Amino acid sequence: MKWMLLCWMLLAPWAMAREAQPMAEDTQVEARLVVIADELRCMVCQNESLASSHAELAEDLRREVRKLIRDNKSDAEIKTYLVERYGDFVLYRPQVKPLTWPLWFGPFFMLLLAIWGLWRYLRLRKNALAMQHTMSTDTSHTAAHKD
Amino acid sequence: MNKKFLIPLALFAALVVFLAVGLTRDPREIPSPLVGKPAPEFSLPMLVGDKAFSPSDMKGKVWLFNVWATWCVACREEHPLLVEFSKQSRIPVVGLSYKEIQAQDQPNGPLKEADKLQLARERSLRFLQRQGDPYTLSVLDLDGSVGINYGVYGVPETYLIDRQGVIRYKRVGPLTPQILQDTLLPLIQTLEAS
Repeated sequence: MKWMLLCWMLLAPWAMAREAQPMAEDTQVEARLVVIADELRCMVCQNESLASSHAELAEDLRREVRKLIRDNKSDAEIKTYLVERYGDFVLYRPQVKPLTWPLWFGPFFMLLLAIWGLWRYLRLRKNALAMQHTMSTDTSHTAAHKD
Repeated sequence: MNKKFLIPLALFAALVVFLAVGLTRDPREIPSPLVGKPAPEFSLPMLVGDKAFSPSDMKGKVWLFNVWATWCVACREEHPLLVEFSKQSRIPVVGLSYKEIQAQDQPNGPLKEADKLQLARERSLRFLQRQGDPYTLSVLDLDGSVGINYGVYGVPETYLIDRQGVIRYKRVGPLTPQILQDTLLPLIQTLEAS
């Protein structure tokens, strides 16, 4: 909560004092920055991406990412750079590795489990219905036989 | 007796337990990838004097590295505990003044580097004179680039670094007497013994 408040407080002067800044010198760098930063979490305002956050740290990190882009680093290298410092949490799209397997495959596992449960239930019900059916025909049969 | 009706109840109870545990956990507490890795190297101006300091200067020592700033409210909360710690413990405490000069301190555009440095020095020294100085020495990270290398995202942050220069512990947010007693002091003891 405190941080949310701080984020807003930091945002306030931007809302008033900042004139539209000239887009950075290099539009190509800027375009790549937006694509990369959109996939990264701002660690201060945890529910904002690095691209949209106005927190000071986000500003600094964008500066750092710009530098890396100018150094011709690949997207993967830039992401690794941030993960090495801030952990997997900065990535909105977590990497697939043993630790994140439950995250990626858990839902499918649950789905399979549910399908198996449904199949079992349906089969039991079918058997029960069939049994009931034979039982009722049996009784009618014997009843008819008695007559 | 058929107790099948209890199954949804049991599932619901399990869900409640999971959610309840989730509520007690702090989403800001993120395991740092830096623990177990060598402390990133840097060279920054010291608060007092005109020498620079590098983490490699501390090789062979177990030391505490504390990131702080005078504008940081939680750091003020933590400060008395650090002062107390520095009096009782023998291990050096190095302070990193993190981005002391903020955007709102420069309403008329960015200050010159030298002016920034001077203003940061004045403010930090005044603060330490008033509140007590727990630091063996302090360095100034004006643009926050060293902070980025240490994965700083919420000041105060504290690192415990061993004799080989490896980060053994990281805390985001203020230290508490409990953390000091239960985690830091025992860890310092084992690191010093090794």
